[in-house]
Amino acid sequence: MVNYIWVVMTLIGLGFAVVNGTMAEVNEAIFTGAKDAVALCIGLVSILVFWLGMMRIAEDSGLLSKLSRLFRPLVSKLFPEVPSNHPAMGYILSNMIANMFGLGNAATPLGIKAMEELKELNGGKKETSRSMITFLAINTASITLIPTTVIAIRMNYNSANPTDIVGPTLVATAVSAVAAIFIDRYFYYRRSKKG
Amino acid sequence: MDMEIVSAISLWFIPVLIGFILIYGTYKKVPTYESFVEGGKEGIKMAVSIIPFLVGMMVAIAVFRASGALDLMVDWLRPGLNKVGIPAEIVPLALIRPISGTAALGITSDLIGVYGPDSFIGTLAATLQGSTDTTFYVLTVYFGAVGIKKMGDAVKVGLLADAVAIATAIIVVTLMFG
Repeated sequence: MVNYIWVVMTLIGLGFAVVNGTMAEVNEAIFTGAKDAVALCIGLVSILVFWLGMMRIAEDSGLLSKLSRLFRPLVSKLFPEVPSNHPAMGYILSNMIANMFGLGNAATPLGIKAMEELKELNGGKKETSRSMITFLAINTASITLIPTTVIAIRMNYNSANPTDIVGPTLVATAVSAVAAIFIDRYFYYRRSKKG
Repeated sequence: MDMEIVSAISLWFIPVLIGFILIYGTYKKVPTYESFVEGGKEGIKMAVSIIPFLVGMMVAIAVFRASGALDLMVDWLRPGLNKVGIPAEIVPLALIRPISGTAALGITSDLIGVYGPDSFIGTLAATLQGSTDTTFYVLTVYFGAVGIKKMGDAVKVGLLADAVAIATAIIVVTLMFG
């Protein structure tokens, strides 16, 4: 899907430039766009290095696993089909904690492990179980404590106060996570009524 | 909702968290500085690895914008969206956010660059980028890796959750910065 969006967007732009007579602007945009992208990535290095460094300390000191123990009772309630001492619960919790702290790369393998365990709990069937959909809903709502990348972009473009975004993001993410859980529950009850 | 509290959280959250991580790490006898350096190396890898994604996407967006096509699309959408309080400029980002994370990152940077990081549109783009995740990425990667073929309600639940997240971001940013 991304492939089509990418090609269509570029082709519409090029076609529009012909009709609109904006070919000179488009030519310039090709080079400034590429330059801006590289400059942005270089700008991201600083905050990513700092943040991932900090998170490694949190990981090595056992802070992250302690946090996941703290959340276990709450998260267990969201997954009534998963026994709370099952390895799936551990992976789900670590995945959520990793996402919370903006460690997307660390979250992915943990999420896949969680799915594997959930599939086994579901008898190895090739279809989604209730818990899998709940897990997906929580993941897409993405409970974020610190949006590191976004802060870095704001810094790059000389924001007066790059971290101003932390509060609104927290509020938005909390509300949407709760909504995601309700949406998930609603669909579950609709399914169980039918079947 | 008290917006001053939200601003205070913005100001204090990161410093307090860093202090806590350092104190806890020292208390647990972690070689803090060495751990920091090891983790930091990953950050370099990550930043470099997204360069091609961002170059591809940001050039496409820049062409789309410079040609005048984006302005036309936004002008065309504006009257209808304004009635419900949705800024038309945010629509391309809202559409792409569930599909591709790096594409969305490209659009977010473009919006922040064009409208300014502290503008309403820039703030909204940043909040949107930070508070939602890529539903289709999670669907394809997580379900694909373990061979789930029937997605059931997963797509519907994921996309509805995204819609709520986008609406929430618009409301929160309008209340705080509008």
